[in-house]
Amino acid sequence: MALDSPPAAVPAAAPPAAAAPQLLELFVAFAKMSLAGFGGVLVWARRSIVEQHRWMTADEFNETFALCHFLPGPNVVNLSVVFGSRFRGIPGAIAAFVGLLGPPVVIVTILAALYARYGEFDALRRALAGVSCVAVGLLFAVIFKMLMPLVRKRDPIALVLLAGVFVAVGLLRQPMPVVLAVAIPVSIGLAFARRRAA
Amino acid sequence: MNDTGVGALLTLAWTFGLMSLLAIGGAAAAIPEIHRVVVELRHWMTDLQFADAFAIAQLSPGPNVLIVTLIGYQVAGIAGALVATLAMCVPTATLAYFVNRLLARSSHSRWPSVIQAALVPLSIGLMSASGLILALTADRSLAAAMITAMTALLASTTRLNPLWLLLAGGCLGFAGVL
Repeated sequence: MALDSPPAAVPAAAPPAAAAPQLLELFVAFAKMSLAGFGGVLVWARRSIVEQHRWMTADEFNETFALCHFLPGPNVVNLSVVFGSRFRGIPGAIAAFVGLLGPPVVIVTILAALYARYGEFDALRRALAGVSCVAVGLLFAVIFKMLMPLVRKRDPIALVLLAGVFVAVGLLRQPMPVVLAVAIPVSIGLAFARRRAA
Repeated sequence: MNDTGVGALLTLAWTFGLMSLLAIGGAAAAIPEIHRVVVELRHWMTDLQFADAFAIAQLSPGPNVLIVTLIGYQVAGIAGALVATLAMCVPTATLAYFVNRLLARSSHSRWPSVIQAALVPLSIGLMSASGLILALTADRSLAAAMITAMTALLASTTRLNPLWLLLAGGCLGFAGVL
């Protein structure tokens, strides 16, 4: 990732040529990418917004996602609101948000009701145990992908901070608000100090 | 379901409203805190139910944050599912809306990139803690741990759709491999 600010305000970039999406289009596009997104919606969001509809260039998309990633909360949900509002203001934000969350919430609620009723069935218990193992493995793969750039950079401060948070929250089971109240100021302070020294 | 009263809904709302602000880098980073509050503090779910909820959320389409929908349903039915989901998503979405407007107006500043770089290691540390907590529940046999390890390997080295891996895991479990 480039550390210098990208030339965001340069209007010369030619595409996307597509017209700004209507409210219904926003709703449908986000509902579709959400329903396609097993194990993560981001890939489909990029495909839909950049490649299929050409509502944003790849750079614009990356920049928007970087903002949503740096803010707390579910990234793709943040993305839907920021994206929708850029084109259609608050109604656009709501259309994208409801499109992203509405249909899967209905599906998950139905699954929750089925689980509440049949969760004790032996066959279902066995199958879910298998799914759980795979789900955890998928999470490890995501962590691994995010970890590798830090390991490759041999950034000792980042790795110590990472390990500290892991030990405090994962092994010692300390409350996250307390851990973050210490870790966030320390990490940001160090980042600014190093930026100044560089 | 333990309680369908307004009190339960309010508790869900502020629990997950607060939680959403701790989700640095995404929903997976909030799993340790969700687990601590839901399983250890409030006893809304057992450890096993929590692992099941994570599995069902991964198996369903949509963002992975929907594990809170399952927790909300367990606590207070359909209303609970809705309240938990909105509480987890609306506060940070609103924040994102205003920060985006603010940044669009100001000239491009460089502090967001510095802060972002500072938050990435913390986010990965939290996700690793999530992985540990979930693995301790899900992987209670050697075969289970091996399925997790195989999945991690396959998902990092191939571009297989995760859905196939999840379904394969379900079949292995159904067949009694675990």
